Amino acid sequence: MPRETMTIPQKVESIRILSPDGTVDKKLEPKLPDEDLLGLHKTMLSSRLFDERCFMLQRQGRIGTYGPTKGQEAASLGFAYCINNNDWFVPAFRETAAMLYRGWPMSTIMLWWGGHEIGATPPKGLNDLPICVPVSSQCQLAMGISWAQKLKKTKDVTLVFVGDGGTSEGDFHEAMNFAGVYKLPLVQIIQNNQWAISIPRHAQTASPTIAQKAIAYGFDAFQVDGNDILACIVAGQEAVKKAREGGGPTIIEAITYRLGVHTTADDPKKYRKDDEVKEWEPKDPLIRFKAYLEKKKLLTDAVETKLREEIRLKLDEATAVAEGYRASKTDFFEYVYAEMTPELRKQKAELEEYLAHGAKPSHANELSRV
Amino acid sequence: MPQMTMVQAINLAMKEAMREDPNVVVLGQDVGQDEGVFRVTEGLLKEFGPERCIDTPLAEAAIAGGTIGMALAGMKPICEMQFDGFSYQSLHQIEGHARRFRNRTRGRLTVPMVMRFPYGGGIRAIEHHSEAPEATYAHWAGLKVVLPSSPRNARALLRAAILDPDPVIYMEPKAIYRAFREEVPEAPETMPIGKARIARAGKDMTIISYAASLRAALEAAETLEEEHRIDAEVIDLLSVSPLDSDTINASVRKTGRAVIVHEAPRHCSVSGEIVARIVEESLLYLEAPIKRVTGFDTAIPFFANELTYIPDAGRVVKAALETARF
Repeated sequence: MPRETMTIPQKVESIRILSPDGTVDKKLEPKLPDEDLLGLHKTMLSSRLFDERCFMLQRQGRIGTYGPTKGQEAASLGFAYCINNNDWFVPAFRETAAMLYRGWPMSTIMLWWGGHEIGATPPKGLNDLPICVPVSSQCQLAMGISWAQKLKKTKDVTLVFVGDGGTSEGDFHEAMNFAGVYKLPLVQIIQNNQWAISIPRHAQTASPTIAQKAIAYGFDAFQVDGNDILACIVAGQEAVKKAREGGGPTIIEAITYRLGVHTTADDPKKYRKDDEVKEWEPKDPLIRFKAYLEKKKLLTDAVETKLREEIRLKLDEATAVAEGYRASKTDFFEYVYAEMTPELRKQKAELEEYLAHGAKPSHANELSRV
Repeated sequence: MPQMTMVQAINLAMKEAMREDPNVVVLGQDVGQDEGVFRVTEGLLKEFGPERCIDTPLAEAAIAGGTIGMALAGMKPICEMQFDGFSYQSLHQIEGHARRFRNRTRGRLTVPMVMRFPYGGGIRAIEHHSEAPEATYAHWAGLKVVLPSSPRNARALLRAAILDPDPVIYMEPKAIYRAFREEVPEAPETMPIGKARIARAGKDMTIISYAASLRAALEAAETLEEEHRIDAEVIDLLSVSPLDSDTINASVRKTGRAVIVHEAPRHCSVSGEIVARIVEESLLYLEAPIKRVTGFDTAIPFFANELTYIPDAGRVVKAALETARF
């Protein structure tokens, strides 16, 4: 065999079940209980309305920079649906729908964007990491968590998210390499939303798909329509089952689109055409899932209108809880180590003494509003 | 009581911890079959098997990040960076996550891990194998940075590091891995992290040092006593974060003079912090300017010339005499 095309055992499968118009591929359609379908719809809608609320709060100066998830609800929620509370969930930062489904209170997520550490504190009973800012670094943490799951011989799995841009980072490569070597119970989701701030997908990697990177790490991948929640669920369930049974990791590339800005500090008009956004708008995951539920006679406009009202009330409550939160001015000294060091005690006393005399730190270079 | 080298003592501390707690695992490049490039992990694979003494692929950030993940998920992992200079490849995981989780999650998620690596120069190694990065790590709140100076304290401090609820960076002065033996007690012992040790009591001046440089400091103290009738107190810091200000200041208040010795470069170094703490707390007790005997603000030279750079007893004596005669 001096020269021949090599056969590589790993494979990449693509899945789409629900078309943008709500038509379903009957052969591939997963059999999900009606109440689950309605729960998924409610969570996607909650996430969308949460997004709108936070956008408004940011514009009013009531929270800091906000990163919306509009258009990507299915590509996080569909996968979170496949795991349970004992499993670990490791988000990047555009997984609001999945976080709400996991049980993060809306007010907690608002507090994260409002600049409070309490917003990064996972609710009790959940094996979740908080939003992760350094792109792709969470892949290594998730890899380590799944390693512990394997070493402790649990049947639990770890679900981790990264964006298309994040796959260019060394951390993504290293984590996937280790996951393959140790056959870890890890499901790596890539939310490929086509843009890493201003860098389009094609400028991020020459690889025709991101999913195929799994082949080099020695395991299989899916590329799914990430705006089709049923496709996300089918791929996610298969990957989770494989991981639970000791079959090792899977990469799932979810093709989706960032319908909004990168964050509220970003102006996408500088780098992408409106035509492209318009092309993606009809592919919105909420539109097609609603059409699907309507065809199944599970949802009507009237029901959805009522649901929106319910969610708005919850958002009002969450906003009030978040804005009512009062953090101690000096508690940041208390969580450096299990026990405060003498130097930290000294520094804390120094600050408390300054604040005790009514001082209110004011900074010459504080963000000015023009 | 057995006589041990530092390598043997560190090895013993890991074995003891692994025997006591199944959640303690050791991972890194070549730590298993090869038993570590300095043989620090000798016998671990044989006794504990490949799931507890884990050979990893070559990727420092994944070793560190994976270790953090294991710790978040309830294990007590000890990772090894093969050399000081390669630990930099893992810094974003250590800075970005290991040190931050307790604060980020208000104590809900913590990272009880140890990262250990051979530290410093003096063994004629090639470039990047002789670094002294303690100030880099000490700058980051949330980490503890420990540098033992002898077999006995190496074993006790590693045990303390493994038991610690927070991430500990444990730097092993490779120049003294096998330089001398010391009696190590049969029963496991710990030492508090953040507490310095009086290595030699004295009344005329304070010499502050740690890690392999401590030997130059002690040798200088002998010379000062024998040849100059100067009775120097020598403090062995053992940990540079937390830094034991109380022990340093109590000694300087007694002696009025201080010399600080380390092999790391001087700018933004541990000695800079010590000077600040002495000036803040004990300025009026000082009889002379504080002297620093350190590596220089350059890269450490390739090994043919490394001993010119690393402080020796002669440089310490010279600085001490300048301080004494001020």
